[in-house]
Amino acid sequence: MVTRITNAIRTLRFARGEMTQAELAERVGVSRQTIIAIEQGKYSPTLEMAFQIARALNAPLEEVFQFPQGE
Amino acid sequence: MPYQEKSAWILLLASLLSYGWYLSTVLGSLAGAPLEAAAYQVPMLWSIGVALVAIIVLHVVVAVMSGGTGKMDQRDRDIYRLSEYTGQGLVALGATAALAMALAEWHPFWIANVIYLCFMLAGIVSTITRIALYRFGFHPW
Repeated sequence: MVTRITNAIRTLRFARGEMTQAELAERVGVSRQTIIAIEQGKYSPTLEMAFQIARALNAPLEEVFQFPQGE
Repeated sequence: MPYQEKSAWILLLASLLSYGWYLSTVLGSLAGAPLEAAAYQVPMLWSIGVALVAIIVLHVVVAVMSGGTGKMDQRDRDIYRLSEYTGQGLVALGATAALAMALAEWHPFWIANVIYLCFMLAGIVSTITRIALYRFGFHPW
């Protein structure tokens, strides 16, 4: 089950000094498994969590999450 | 694997093993006698009791080995809620069936067993749902 929402968390983590999944999880206040699930598109975070991730990555929300136009 | 998924595995295995043992013990003791004549009460209580103790002990062991239970985050709560909803229908079904059986004055064997079966099925469906949501993904909105 994969969502159409894509994300650039992995790319942004590396662009932010190779931040680990554990570090991002710590900043957002979730488990590392949840960050892994979001990165792999296996979990759609709540809007609040999405904003927290974007803030932790110091990036605008739409740079972190993308929702491609449907056909 | 998050602690909550390990917990689901413990519940699933304990439910399957304890109910399997109960069924094989009761059915094995029949020796051609009708089901209502089975001495099901003691095996049922042992099955429930041992499963409860095993679940508690295994949770403690896993928590110690994992360095704690870890706090439940939003994803854990969402998955837990949905999996509980999935199993709840079977609990209601079991209670309704037991009520109907009691009103129709069925033998207590059937009433006790339909409740036990539905409780077990609810737990099994709920934990399988939880494991599947952890493994294959979950999009609450």
